[in-house]
Amino acid sequence: MATKPLPWFRQGLAILRKDLRIEFRTRYAYSALVMFAITTLVTVSFSVGGYAMDADITAALLWIILFFSAMAGLARTFVHEEETGTVTALKMAAQSEPVLIGKYLFNVTLLLSLTVLVVPLFLVMLNQTVQLPIAFVATVFLGALGLAGASTILAAIVSKAGAKGSLMTVLAFPVLLPLLFAAISATRTALGGGLVANIRSDLLLLFFYNGVAVVASLLLFEYIWNE
Amino acid sequence: MIGQIIVGIWMTVVIIASFLYMPATQGLGETGRILVYHVPAAWIAVLAYLMAMVNSIAYLRHGELRFDRQAQVNAELGTIFCILATITGAIWSRGAWGQYWNWDPRQTSITVLLMIYAAYFVLRSAIEDTDRRARLSAVYAILAFLTVPFLVFIVPRVYVSLHPNLINVSTRSFDMDRKMLVVFLSSLLAFTGLYAWMYNVQKRLENLLYRLDMKRGE
Repeated sequence: MATKPLPWFRQGLAILRKDLRIEFRTRYAYSALVMFAITTLVTVSFSVGGYAMDADITAALLWIILFFSAMAGLARTFVHEEETGTVTALKMAAQSEPVLIGKYLFNVTLLLSLTVLVVPLFLVMLNQTVQLPIAFVATVFLGALGLAGASTILAAIVSKAGAKGSLMTVLAFPVLLPLLFAAISATRTALGGGLVANIRSDLLLLFFYNGVAVVASLLLFEYIWNE
Repeated sequence: MIGQIIVGIWMTVVIIASFLYMPATQGLGETGRILVYHVPAAWIAVLAYLMAMVNSIAYLRHGELRFDRQAQVNAELGTIFCILATITGAIWSRGAWGQYWNWDPRQTSITVLLMIYAAYFVLRSAIEDTDRRARLSAVYAILAFLTVPFLVFIVPRVYVSLHPNLINVSTRSFDMDRKMLVVFLSSLLAFTGLYAWMYNVQKRLENLLYRLDMKRGE
């Protein structure tokens, strides 16, 4: 039994490689994410331009941008499989758990590469200084991980429900709200400065949210995937 | 039939007792009386959502559509009681804090809870096929209920809330005097009875509607 998780992970990595290769050929999902993020960012920056904003507002804006960009791109992995009809082949090639792990890793890669690009740009364009850099990086990392974690299984639900346009946002928003609240609260402290102890409880909450999201997805995905 | 009458009389007695028999609470004054309705409503909401999840798990295990209907009925009842808890909470908040709504962590989390189950109903309405709808919404109901502990139990304790706590964490006891405890527990019983009756009626209705659909399909 002890060796069982490893094949899952290896197969998951294989699916990740396949998805990354497809993504490199078209760059559709990544372009959608980046374009969405940049457009929102430019609009915000353009309209508030010269004003120095409170950390409260900047923190909320950062997560609004990240959340809606994630919604624009993360459903793509599963919807694409349904559209091209490759679902059946994937079902035959792998069990449900490796598929989920692969898709999860792909979404994590996608979202982290987005944050690496967008977050520095965000700080520069809004003239925001970071008081607690390490805590800030940890918050963005855990937050992005949680966004990808909870979105992956919801993306699977949406793709099976016929990929109705706004369904992804409707389903994801309430489930992700606890994560967003914690992330916004931690970002606010990290940007504006404050007690590190305040951030700790937020980071713990983010950490456990991630754990619950991944475990629950692994347990439930089978029921969505094998109809 | 007899059950309904008992619940009705019991509820009436609780309502009268909450105003005449029960003393005004220390610290909260007359506004504290709403506790007899607010707290049981909130507990029934959590109970109904829990039953929605239990039925969803049962559906995924056994694949029988009646579990899906029971999950749906429970989610509906949970939402009704959740709305009641929100409204009574807002009324109390107006009396005690001076504002109907001030985004106290408790108010924030109950809003999110309502939105989650609203999304559940949106998902149900978006899928035509019965089996697929049952399966996908069961998965979503389980995911949704997993956020309940975060919202109801963790968030109000991690972030500073002005909301009074019923259970004293340090002494592990109820912070209530005896008369109040009696009325409160009777109210909890009355609400549970009310929930059981509503659940039964609604479940029978859904079963009949399903059978009607089957007949039309033949």
